[in-house]
Amino acid sequence: MKLEGSVIFEEIPIEYTRSLQPIISVRDLTKVFGQDPEKALELHRRGRSKQEIYEETGSTLALDDVSFDVIPGETFVLMGLSGSGKSTLLRCINRIIDPTEGEILLDGEDIVGMGQEELRTTRRRKLGMIFQGFALLPHKTVLDNVAFGLEIQGVPAEERHAKAEEVLQMVGLGGYGGSMPGELSGGMKQRVGLARALTSDPDILLMDEAFSALDPLIRRDMQDELLDLQQRLGKTIIFVTHDLDEALKLGDRIALMKDGAIVQIGTPEEILTNPENAYVEKFVADVDLTRVLTASEVMRRPEPVAQCTAGPRVALHLMEEHDIPGIFVITRQRILQGRVTLDAAAEAVKKGKQLADILITDVPAVAPDASLSDIISLIVESPYPVAVVDDTGRLRGVISRGAILGALARKGEDINATA
Amino acid sequence: MQLPKLPVGDAVEVLVYWIEQYFGWLLDAISGGLGFLIGGFQSILIAIPAPILIVLVSVLVWFVTRRDIKLAGLTALGLLLIWDLQLWSLAMLTLALVLVSTIVALAISIPLGIAAAGSDTLNAALRPILDFMQTMPSFVYLIPAVIFFGIGNVPGTIATVVFAIPPALRLTNLGIRQVPTELIEVADAFGSTPRQKLFKVQLPVALPTIMAGVNQCIMLALSMVVIASMIGARGLGYQVLVGIQRVDIGGGFEAGLAIVIIAIILDRITQNLVPQHNERS
Ligand SMILES: Nc1ncnc2c1ncn2[C@@H]1O[C@H](COP(=O)(O)OP(=O)(O)OP(=O)(O)O)[C@@H](O)[C@H]1O
Ligand SMILES: [Mg+2]
Repeated sequence: MKLEGSVIFEEIPIEYTRSLQPIISVRDLTKVFGQDPEKALELHRRGRSKQEIYEETGSTLALDDVSFDVIPGETFVLMGLSGSGKSTLLRCINRIIDPTEGEILLDGEDIVGMGQEELRTTRRRKLGMIFQGFALLPHKTVLDNVAFGLEIQGVPAEERHAKAEEVLQMVGLGGYGGSMPGELSGGMKQRVGLARALTSDPDILLMDEAFSALDPLIRRDMQDELLDLQQRLGKTIIFVTHDLDEALKLGDRIALMKDGAIVQIGTPEEILTNPENAYVEKFVADVDLTRVLTASEVMRRPEPVAQCTAGPRVALHLMEEHDIPGIFVITRQRILQGRVTLDAAAEAVKKGKQLADILITDVPAVAPDASLSDIISLIVESPYPVAVVDDTGRLRGVISRGAILGALARKGEDINATA
Repeated sequence: MQLPKLPVGDAVEVLVYWIEQYFGWLLDAISGGLGFLIGGFQSILIAIPAPILIVLVSVLVWFVTRRDIKLAGLTALGLLLIWDLQLWSLAMLTLALVLVSTIVALAISIPLGIAAAGSDTLNAALRPILDFMQTMPSFVYLIPAVIFFGIGNVPGTIATVVFAIPPALRLTNLGIRQVPTELIEVADAFGSTPRQKLFKVQLPVALPTIMAGVNQCIMLALSMVVIASMIGARGLGYQVLVGIQRVDIGGGFEAGLAIVIIAIILDRITQNLVPQHNERS
């Protein structure tokens, strides 16, 4: 029997953005702090470590031949221990720090070679920055702080204030324009910092430990807010943090840095499940996987599934072929309808019933971004795989007990290997 | 036995002669300009009737101290006392000397302080000079002033200017250097020109420190204007000096009291000119 059209195999499009032109392209970037970068680089070429170079020349090799691409709309997280070069790398991107060697292409233009005037234009138009210590100007009102970028660009007061007010509303601080920064709480200050960066509508946001100074609850709020803004505005974000949980939550991809070099770049899942070396493993060792992994990261493709237009015979055949006791039923738009069991389908075929007659509609379903810790008991207790359904009702995947155990077991092995 | 005396004094005289020969025009120009400024300020201050000026200054104090009515009242009382003691015109001359000295000192020290904050070389070059200037007893400044400008109000002002420069210069330099790196990065990251960075970030953020320098500058100017009476600068200081010379304890005390009153008022006004940003953010 030909089953064309009744079974939907669809790739979940995680990778589709890879084909886009990178908005930021960092090539062989090296930075030496100190008097004689040439000497330091020479020692480096001869294989000396960062520490040895420092002892010999007093120069710090802060960035060591770093290369990566960032795709438009991506949140790219730089992570690593203190002193690993995250801030230096971030500040090279808007050239607050001048790299020693290498190039950084923004939309194909090399910012490293730009003259002052061109550099200013690029900073004004394309790059926004958000700081760990908020860095609000203490002598300006909140509104003037938010309008600062436009002020620098020479936008008339009325126009820039209108725009600033609008952005303040967006970050939930409408009405605070007249306050002085000193009167705000930490979380509010950082919203102002965020608003200031957004006002000149740059394509790229550079965030250096932007939430590290906030207490945990506020911090989580701000992370959610950023995810939300990101969804609406589609900015490209480079986010520096030394907090793995934050990196996993925010990052589309994460670059792990050590001694100025990038040790591994990957999606949060790749970093967690396939740490490339002992350093990365150690870094991820104390993440509670159930807290970090989401449903979409452990689910597998929902296959096979039965179209609701197909008859019970098709469903029965699929279940027998794959040797499974039940199957999910969906519409052409992949909207989840329910589930039928093997026994019920066999019965229906015998008695000539429709699929709709034997459909169990009350099936447990979870959201793709639900964290594993929230849904684990549901999955463990459910006799059959749990459906992962997005907010439009479409079936995105299924999670079986086995999948969770698999993910956790992989993790367990890693810990044992490191210990 | 006696060591042969080196002709230091002769050498200095030759040097001074040489300078007067070639830069006399410059000294004359400075002298003329300062004399004009002092005279101008003095005439304006004298021209305003004392009661009106007393009210104006009291209102100013009230305003800058954010409605501290007590301080404003004390200011009015103090100034009334000066008027009552018939020291008003002397006080106005002293005030004119202080104002001119301060303006000139700030016109030199603030730009230099800004330049020193931007250049480590200049900073390194200025530091020993400033250290030297600040370790010297104040009346030593009188000597070169007398040598080049003779005696009177103008050399008094010159000595005062030189004496009042270091703190304002240092504090301007310090204030700008202390602007948090993140704020400098804000200016750069948003694409400021160096000028925008200076005027929109560095100077406003450093303003409280710079104003502390202005305050010190004024207070030092006042103290030096008094000392400069030794080289013929007139005003309240001269009155004190005369009191000492004639053992006129009462007269000297009255003039001294007037100086203290003016000092306190100037101090309160300049201390409150800039609201302190209570928190760095
Ligand atoms: N201006 C500077 N002059 C000299 N060395 C510097 C300078 N800035 C950074 N470094 C050195 O470069 C290295 C990388 O510093 P960087 O600030 O980029 O680290 P980081 O990963 O951001 O660390 P942290 O998490 O502590 O912020 C460190 O060894 C640091 O000491
Ligand atoms: Mg850092």
